[in-house]
Amino acid sequence: MTTATAHEAHDDHGPARGLSRWLFTTNHKDIGTLYLLFSLLMFFIGGAMAMAIRAELFEPGLQFVNPMFFNSLTTMHALVMIFGAVMPAFVGLANWLIPMMIGAPDMALPRMNNWSFWILPFAFTLLLSTFFMEGGAPAGGWTIYPPLVLQTGDAFPFLIFAIHLMGISSIMGAINVVVTILNMRAPGMTMMKMPLFVWTWLITAYLLIAVMPVLAGAVTMLLTDKYFGTSFFTAAGGGDPVMFQHIFWFFGHPEVYIMILPAFGIVSQIIPTFARKPLFGYSSMVYATASIAFLSFIVWAHHMFTVGMPLAGELFFMYATMLIAVPTGVKVFNWVSTMWRGSMTFETPMLFALGFVVMFTIGGFSGLMLAIAPVDFQYHDTYFVVAHFHYVLVTGAVFAIMAGAYYWLPKWTGNMYNERLGKWHFWLSTISVNVLFFPQHFLGLAGMPRRIPDYSIQFAEFNMISSIGGFAFGLSQLLFAYIVFSTIRGGAKATDKVWDNPEGLEWTLSSPPPYHSFTTAPEVK
Amino acid sequence: MSEAHGGYYVPHGSHWPLVGSVGLTTLVVGFAMHLNGSDIGLSTMFAGIAIVLIMMFGWFGTVIRESESHMYNEQVDKSFRWGMGWFIFSEVMFFAAFFGALFYARILSVPWLGGEDASTHALLWEGYSAAWPTNGPGAMGGAFETVGAWGIPAINTLILLTSGVTVTFAHWALKKNNRGPLVGWLFATVALGFLFIGLQAYEYGHAYSDLNLTLESGVYGSTFYMLTGFHGMHVTIGAIMLAIIMLRSIKGHFTPDRHFAFEAVAWYWHFVDVVWLGLFIFVYWL
Ligand SMILES: [Cu+2]
Repeated sequence: MTTATAHEAHDDHGPARGLSRWLFTTNHKDIGTLYLLFSLLMFFIGGAMAMAIRAELFEPGLQFVNPMFFNSLTTMHALVMIFGAVMPAFVGLANWLIPMMIGAPDMALPRMNNWSFWILPFAFTLLLSTFFMEGGAPAGGWTIYPPLVLQTGDAFPFLIFAIHLMGISSIMGAINVVVTILNMRAPGMTMMKMPLFVWTWLITAYLLIAVMPVLAGAVTMLLTDKYFGTSFFTAAGGGDPVMFQHIFWFFGHPEVYIMILPAFGIVSQIIPTFARKPLFGYSSMVYATASIAFLSFIVWAHHMFTVGMPLAGELFFMYATMLIAVPTGVKVFNWVSTMWRGSMTFETPMLFALGFVVMFTIGGFSGLMLAIAPVDFQYHDTYFVVAHFHYVLVTGAVFAIMAGAYYWLPKWTGNMYNERLGKWHFWLSTISVNVLFFPQHFLGLAGMPRRIPDYSIQFAEFNMISSIGGFAFGLSQLLFAYIVFSTIRGGAKATDKVWDNPEGLEWTLSSPPPYHSFTTAPEVK
Repeated sequence: MSEAHGGYYVPHGSHWPLVGSVGLTTLVVGFAMHLNGSDIGLSTMFAGIAIVLIMMFGWFGTVIRESESHMYNEQVDKSFRWGMGWFIFSEVMFFAAFFGALFYARILSVPWLGGEDASTHALLWEGYSAAWPTNGPGAMGGAFETVGAWGIPAINTLILLTSGVTVTFAHWALKKNNRGPLVGWLFATVALGFLFIGLQAYEYGHAYSDLNLTLESGVYGSTFYMLTGFHGMHVTIGAIMLAIIMLRSIKGHFTPDRHFAFEAVAWYWHFVDVVWLGLFIFVYWL
């Protein structure tokens, strides 16, 4: 009924053949694969920008790029990595896993699922095309603060509309996740029996639905301020540029949790498997996740301590922010307790999960330091902040995504990945990422500002070390791409359970699973 | 063609999402080109709008046909309900951004510009005394007057509230399977919706030509037009959706226990109604 071409080509239980399978698909696994591959592509595009940034910062002075282009690189690196790499990777994992984990045939709204994905390639084509426009790509930082961002050239409306499109995609994806989890669970799969990955995604989806529209509103106001004479962010008209920062960070801080809660979920699936013990404190994990999500709405101005807020604001946002350490601490202690006296083995997914726990905690601690308002006056907009959020997002979110990829790749493809290469990938990544980001803490404490292409010579050694780590980390990821694609192509056959005794409905399906996950709902006891 | 899995209908491949993406992209690229001064920007944008409309016809048409051939069981119906509910919540948050801007300006930035709690205003805008409404210390857009709450806005409030009642009467008629009153009350709702839009358009004209209240009238004009403008857009969309529901009712699409589309549009209409109440109170009245 929908399309003649798509229907001629498919038999009733398998995918359509050729390109139309991927363009028109409504299958959660196909769409999950598309999301994950798109994310990998964006990871390398954003990574290439990072390499250029580290090359420029290898030595003091201007080497390769002009300062304006350097600013474009930092701005676009962030936008591509956040909206193109990390978020789509999590949505891809959600697509692949949630129906299998809750015993559903597919996502609840399969056509909309296709649309959520197929907006993204268009949005990123728009965004990346701005590199070739008059005035260059956006260079005001990913936080797009006015009035600076209003100086963007022809790229400006394309930036705004690309963000609108990404927002539409995220909201539709999130609605689909919520509806699937609330409405598609197999009989007996009560809420408090759901795997933690499902729980964390449910809460993440609520965050997305709540804050992506706010970002859409914020960028719409930027657009009208630039082209239609409004004065939202102009003091002469009674507006305020700081107002943008408030609206932006009302989106921006929950966005941080959008990028880390699913990572918590992944790690909570992996650690019990390789510790051979059930997850410690399941319900406290659920409540901790919900508390983090709630708190994420009332801490946004910790990004703006230096902007000139009333004292009461500084204090409120400082204490509220520090409060988040409590539920986060609960999570870390639960992971550690899960491992306590477990019979542990250290396959690649477990290594990445452990790396996550240790290094995400480092990022959490530097976050606590930044939360202290009087101290933040020193750290604000320095490399200390850069080090902090890269620990959270690279060794946090990205490491969890990689842990998840290794953990479920045998299930998805039916083939085992090469364990020896996986371990190489882990150790190369872990060593190089610390060489890359750890020195940036010291650079920041010593006063090196972020987003500047040149620096004073006292910062030279640590920048050189950081760049060497950066190149090594970048190269190590080529190994990841090699491992993934060679696993898709072949390798030792994986069993249905893949691991020793993993928990969850997805392991009751064959490896690879049938095209439609659970055609009849499984029994959940 | 398409299978039921444990009763849950999972459609197979659809080209409409991709058509939608092409349409949306054409629309925004056209608009962006127009803003950058291109001559073909607007025509590209309208081509994009046309593609999006074709997509909506095709996509919704498919869903309606599937629904009419009883391919959706109760669980699918529930998915649609949850989906519509959370979509409306996302719309609420979109308006929240603009209401947030309004409150921020009224409670914080304008008083600060007038010297309350901060001293920086003395360097740039000494002599500005804060008041609401304002077009700021730079008097952006020149002197203006505001639209009084107890003229057209109050009438419009009555119109929208009445339309909320008529759509409920239509729902009651539908539940009793009385098609005549159903169509009648829907017609009344649609008529009230378009009457609202007409009065709003008249008011805009009056504000622009007689009151010098424009989009450029500082933060008052900005918040006034963005809030009422996006609301008016939503009323228009809601009224068009109600009109489609009316046509489907005439065709006999809905039964007393299966009429998700009707309810979804009714929810949307109530949402638009509630947003208006917020507008009436905080934009026009207080
Ligand atoms: Cu934050």
